[in-house]
Amino acid sequence: MSTDPSAQPLLHATAGAATGSPGPSGRDAGASIWRVAVRRLRRNPGAILGGVIVLVFVLVALLAPVLAAYGPEALPGRAEIRPTYIPGPSSEYPLGLDRYGGDLLSKLIWGARASLLIGVLSTLLGLLGGALLGLVAGAFGGWVDSATMRLVDLMLSVPSLLLAVSIAAVIGQSSTAVIIAIGVVQVPIFARLLRGTMLAQRGQDYVLAARSLGLSRRTVTMSHVLPNSLGPVIVQATLMLATAVIEAAALSFLGLGGGSPTTPEWGRMLTAAQNELEVAARLALLPGACIAVTALGFTLFGEALREALDPKTRKR
Amino acid sequence: MLRLVMQRLALLVPTLLGLSVLLFLWVRALPGGPATALLGERATPDAVERINALYGFDRPLVEQYLTWLGQLLQGNFGTSTRTGRPVLDEFLVRFPATIELTLLALVIAVGVGIPLGYLAARHQGRALDHTTVGASLLGVTIPVFFLAFLLKYLFAVQLGWFPSAGRQNPAMISTHPTGFYVLDGLLTREWDAAWDAMAHLVLPAVALGSIPLAIITRITRASVIEVQNADYVRTARAKGLRPPRLRRRVVLRNAMLPVSTTIGLQVGLLLSGAVLTETVFAFNGIGSFLANAVFNLDYAVLQGFILFIAVVYALVNLAVDVSYGLIDPRMRVR
Repeated sequence: MSTDPSAQPLLHATAGAATGSPGPSGRDAGASIWRVAVRRLRRNPGAILGGVIVLVFVLVALLAPVLAAYGPEALPGRAEIRPTYIPGPSSEYPLGLDRYGGDLLSKLIWGARASLLIGVLSTLLGLLGGALLGLVAGAFGGWVDSATMRLVDLMLSVPSLLLAVSIAAVIGQSSTAVIIAIGVVQVPIFARLLRGTMLAQRGQDYVLAARSLGLSRRTVTMSHVLPNSLGPVIVQATLMLATAVIEAAALSFLGLGGGSPTTPEWGRMLTAAQNELEVAARLALLPGACIAVTALGFTLFGEALREALDPKTRKR
Repeated sequence: MLRLVMQRLALLVPTLLGLSVLLFLWVRALPGGPATALLGERATPDAVERINALYGFDRPLVEQYLTWLGQLLQGNFGTSTRTGRPVLDEFLVRFPATIELTLLALVIAVGVGIPLGYLAARHQGRALDHTTVGASLLGVTIPVFFLAFLLKYLFAVQLGWFPSAGRQNPAMISTHPTGFYVLDGLLTREWDAAWDAMAHLVLPAVALGSIPLAIITRITRASVIEVQNADYVRTARAKGLRPPRLRRRVVLRNAMLPVSTTIGLQVGLLLSGAVLTETVFAFNGIGSFLANAVFNLDYAVLQGFILFIAVVYALVNLAVDVSYGLIDPRMRVR
C-alpha cells in the first residue's frame, strides 16, 4: 500500500522538491500566497468537492457520540441475527445490522473517528520524524546531510506496505502499532521533501538578505526558511492522510489492526464481511465505500491545494 | 552505460548491508527476544537458554551479525519455522507466481494506461478527458484489497467467469519445469493448463494493476499535454511533419520519459499490493506467504523475503534508469 497506494500523486511534490524547483512561495512570500491559494481553491470544483468530503468526514468523526445512535461496541440487535440471515435496513437500523448485531450506521460513524485518529496521529508522527530528519539534513548540510539521506534511501528501499507490515508485526497487533507503522513509513517521504524544499529555499535571495542583515543561521532557518518551506509539506500531509486511511485499512485487512471483531474500524469491518457477501454484501460495500470516499476527499483537496500553491500555474 | 550499471550495482551493496543491519537489529528488538519468537511465549527459561546457546544469541551482537551475514552470503537464509523448509527454497517456489502476477498487472496498467492517457490528452477538456481523469482518481483511492474483493465477488462468485482462488485448478494435472504456470503450459504444449493458469491470473492482475493503471494514465496525460505545447512540437509541425509521424516520433516519444520513471516506481507499489491481492485470491505467491509469515511470526521468512524484495526493487529501478538512455539520447551517460 504505498503503497503506499495513493503515494503516487505525492511524487510530484517529492520530485519537484528534489529537482530544486522553487517552493510555492518562490517570489512573493508572506501572507499573500495563502490568500491567493484560498481564492484559487474556491474556484476549483475538485477542491470544493474534496473540501466538503473532508469537512463532513471530520465532523462525523468528531461528533460521533452525538450522531451515532448506539455506542461503538454496542450490539443492539444481537437477538435478530441468524446464521443465514442478517436483517437489512429498517426504521430502527437505517443501514441494517452487522453479523454480530451491531447497528451498521453507528459502526460506520465510529469508524470515521477511528480512521481520523489513525490518519492524523500517524501523519503527525511521520511529519515530526521527517521534519526532524529533513531539518537536520537541510540545515547542516555536509556529511550530516549525506548520512541522513542514506538512512532515508534505506527506508525507501523497502516497499511501504511491507515496511509497515513488518513494523506492525514487531510491535504487536493493536491500533497503536498501526499508527506507528504508518507514521514511520511516512518519515522518509517527509524528510526528503522538507530537505529538498529547504535546499531550494536556502539559495533564494531573501535568505542572503537576512544573513547579511546579521541574523544568525538558526534564526534564518527557523523564522524564514522553515515557514517558506511549509506549503509543499502541508500538501503532502493532506495527501498522506488519504494514504494513511487506506493503509490502516490494509493493515487491518492483514490482521494487524488488533481489537475485537466488533471494533468499529472500516478496514476491519470490510475484512470481517468478506465471508458474508452472499448474505449481506452491504456489510463489505459500505465500509469499503467509506474508505474510498474519504481517501478521495483528501486526495482531491490535497491536489487542488498543490495546484493553488504552485507559483508556476498561478498567473493563469 | 555499462559504467552506470556497475556504479549502481556497487551502490546497492551498502544499501543492502544497511538493510541487513536494520533487519538483524529488528529481530533482536522483538519483545522477549528471538528465542521467545521461535518457541512461543510459554517457553521455559531453560528452553530459552538452550535456544540462545544453540543459535549463538548469547554471543556479542557484532559477532552474531557477522555470523548471520556470512550465512546469508552463502545462501543460507535460515529455516521457516512454519514449514520447516529453507527460506530460500520457499522464496524460489513462490517467486515465479508473483512475477507472473505483477507482470500481467503491469502489462494491463501500461497497455491500457498509456493509450488512455494519450487519448485523454488529445481530447483535453472534453468528456473523454474528464471521464478518464475522474476514473483514474477513483482508481487511486479505492483500496486494492477492496477492489480485489469486488472483482472476486462479481466475476468469480456471481458470474462464475473466472476461478476465485489459487493458481491452477486443483484437478488439473500438468508439469512445471519453470514454475511460471502459463509459460510451463506453453512449453510443454499443455494448452489447457496454460489457459487455466491464465484464467486464474486475470482477476488478481486486474485488481493489482488498478492503481498503477490510474497513475500511469494520469502521468501520461499530463506529460503529453506538456509536450504538445512545447516549442519543438510547433517547430516540427511548422516544418511540415505529418501529424501521425509528429505524434509518434515527437510527441509520444518525448512524453514517455516521465512515464517510464513512473512505471519503475510502480514496482514497489505492485509488490506491496501483491501482499493484499494474493491474500484475497489465495494465490500462492510471495505476497500471501509473507502475510502468513506475519501471523505466524516467522521471522526468518520475513527477514529473508524483505531482503529479496529490496534487491528486486533496486534492480528494477536500475533497469528503469538504464531505459532512460534508450528513450532519450540526452540522458545517455558518456
